[in-house]
Amino acid sequence: MIAELGAFALLLAFVLSIVQAGASAAGRLRHDASLRGTGEGAAVAAFLAAATAFFALMYAFVTSDFSVSNVANNSHTDKPLLYKIAGVWGSHEGSMLLWNLALTGFGAAVALGGRNLPRTLKPLVLASQGTLGALFLGYAAFASNPFLRLPHPPAEGASLNPILQDPFLAIHPPFLYAGYVGFSVVFSFAIAALIEGRVDAAWARWVRPWTLAAWSLLTVGIMLGSFWAYYELGWGGWWFWDPVENASFMPWLAGTALLHSAIVTEKRGAMPGWSVFLALTAFTFSMLGAFLVRSGVLTSVHAFAVDPTRGILLLSILGVATGSGFALFAWRAPGLKAGGLFSPVSREGSLVLNNLLLAGALATVALGTLYPLIRQALSAEAISVGAPFFNLTFVPLMVLLMVAVPFGPLLAWKRGDLAGAARRLVVAAGAAALCGVVWFAVVQPGKVFTAFAVVMGVWLIVGALSELAVRTRFGAVPLAEALRRLGHLPRGAWGMTLAHVGLGVFVLGASVETSGRVEAAEALAIGQSVKVGAYTLTLDGVSPVQGPNYAADRATISVVGPNGPAHTMSPERRYYPANHQQTSQVAIDAKGPSDLYIVLGEQREGPKPSWLIRAYWNPWARLIFAGPLLMALGGLVSLSDGRLRIAAGARSKAKAAAAGATA
Amino acid sequence: MRAAGAIGKVAALSLAGLLTMAAVSNDPAERLADPAKEARARALFREVRCLECQNESIDESEAAIADDLRHVVRQQVKAGRSDADIKRYLLDRYGEFVLMRPSFSLGNAALWLTPFVLVLGGGAILILRSRRPPATPPLSAEESAALAALEAPHIAPSAHDGHGSAA
Repeated sequence: MIAELGAFALLLAFVLSIVQAGASAAGRLRHDASLRGTGEGAAVAAFLAAATAFFALMYAFVTSDFSVSNVANNSHTDKPLLYKIAGVWGSHEGSMLLWNLALTGFGAAVALGGRNLPRTLKPLVLASQGTLGALFLGYAAFASNPFLRLPHPPAEGASLNPILQDPFLAIHPPFLYAGYVGFSVVFSFAIAALIEGRVDAAWARWVRPWTLAAWSLLTVGIMLGSFWAYYELGWGGWWFWDPVENASFMPWLAGTALLHSAIVTEKRGAMPGWSVFLALTAFTFSMLGAFLVRSGVLTSVHAFAVDPTRGILLLSILGVATGSGFALFAWRAPGLKAGGLFSPVSREGSLVLNNLLLAGALATVALGTLYPLIRQALSAEAISVGAPFFNLTFVPLMVLLMVAVPFGPLLAWKRGDLAGAARRLVVAAGAAALCGVVWFAVVQPGKVFTAFAVVMGVWLIVGALSELAVRTRFGAVPLAEALRRLGHLPRGAWGMTLAHVGLGVFVLGASVETSGRVEAAEALAIGQSVKVGAYTLTLDGVSPVQGPNYAADRATISVVGPNGPAHTMSPERRYYPANHQQTSQVAIDAKGPSDLYIVLGEQREGPKPSWLIRAYWNPWARLIFAGPLLMALGGLVSLSDGRLRIAAGARSKAKAAAAGATA
Repeated sequence: MRAAGAIGKVAALSLAGLLTMAAVSNDPAERLADPAKEARARALFREVRCLECQNESIDESEAAIADDLRHVVRQQVKAGRSDADIKRYLLDRYGEFVLMRPSFSLGNAALWLTPFVLVLGGGAILILRSRRPPATPPLSAEESAALAALEAPHIAPSAHDGHGSAA
């Protein structure tokens, strides 16, 4: 019964999205307030309907209703409650429902929260959002319905893949999807602005909070996926340049570029066309990601969802949405009024450089992901594009960007003083050079690339802090005055500093972990030891344990290190009977920012029974995940900046603009 | 969305018969006695694809095919063949698909060059445009007056302070 309610609610959400699109568009055309209100009401109602469908599916999962095909295929009565809930978005159908929940949720947020939006712009945003909703809800209702019943329900479900039964992976998709779909609002704003023929500072100011929100959520989502890979896949890898990862990284790069170009459009009225283009691009890559991952096109052999009908439908949606978006752009963008001349050396110039390099990086990732498919389609030759390709292309572009990052905020608008900015970065450059030399000579002698990466990381962190010092006139005024100034900095400035420091922290973690990782692997009998880095690990015993839906062998390993008392770590090797699968539960012990990481392998036969123990010392590994968290935190701090909620002056200007446009 | 990748990886794992034997790249039973040769083999592993996996190198993969390929690479390193020879051997046997780094060939020119062409070309266009005098008509009398007002000290700038196009 609940499943039928869900199916009905899904269909209702589809119809309401059509109403939202139609009424909003008609309301704009006829300047009719009641039609506009109908559109807004339909947007909220579509969200409520999608939420009803979502919770109906969740109910089916929690109650293990195996008469619902999706539940039977992805759940099991033994599963802990968290993973029953996570099972909702563990399948193709469920994840598209989550996508639609986010899509309608953002539409409802615009309808309810966009009170300051001009009367002409808002209905167009809602019309575009409703059209996107109709496309994706139609897909979910007619081609990917999660509520289909089975004529002969099985007594037990097939369960969720055990390596997906993990607390971080359970919350990873909601963040990721909220990020992906958050860019739909930005896309809709771009469509609305193109129809109105007006992209100005006010538009950029409305777009920025949505971009910040989507970008922050996406950052956290990607970081969670990476962290999961780090400890779940059993050898400490955290980024593979896998097409599935690239699918989430491409909208992130486009969103990062948009965050920066929107600043130029907001403060100086310059680059309106480019900002709109990026706004369209960010969601295009979100949809491309959904298509790549959900159609199975990436994996011809072990396709995740081998179903060409769905792939073609998703590709059609992608084509219709982005095709009409970019066609509208080609038609209307030449008429956009650009403002704000600037010299190449200026704040604007630095943000243009940022966008140029990020666009190049985006092109690298997009080509690296799609080129094998294109080449295979054209010449039937299969090639692989893996990490070595990205190390040679993506990394140099990012290095250029990182050299430039600390300069940007120190340059004035219109015409900047490069020598002046460089003088203010002397401390940062000195600190970076010193750390690099020490690293090269003492810490990891002879490792040129790591020393260089350390230079970059320190340069970014101290460079970002130097900008704070300049703003507060630290050193030039008494300390109390500098602190007072620090307290009065706008949240947006804090947000930028946090994000740039986060980038530096990530660079340090990523490079030191990659080059400094120490590994050891030995088959140990009880009582034998192995050394990894500065730690000696002794296998004390292996005993069976019973989990809720698995049976495991648990090793007890005593760890003796240079500092701190001896302690034990307990990696497990789990067997999930419902899936006939073996997984390994890594034991990780954080030592400051570094990790001691132990994996229990299989039992080896011999004169004495022994177990394969693999141990890793991952220096500074925690920084890899702390960096993106700082970036996301920076995004949220920026988002809380009151200046982004339109100030009184801007509001009256917006009203005047709206009145002018209506007249 | 990473979940899909994970499932791809699991598909490869279960195909490889994970339950009987999970081979890993640093298995002590497989290691070469000479640490320098073992390090060379490990570096090569990162350049070779596990043919059945979703974008995993044989250094990362636990699939049976990866284990076989690791064995091949280790034997050849042990026999003293050069990295280039080993790669060529794999290339001849399995095609370009087996190498994680696409070759610098004509067929891959677009792959390797597009990002740099984009950045250099985009940069060149932007610099040329910024050097070119603005393509706007001379200021009208009204605009000149506005400009004079802007340039006059102690007068708050008005909203329309920019002309012409940039970017």
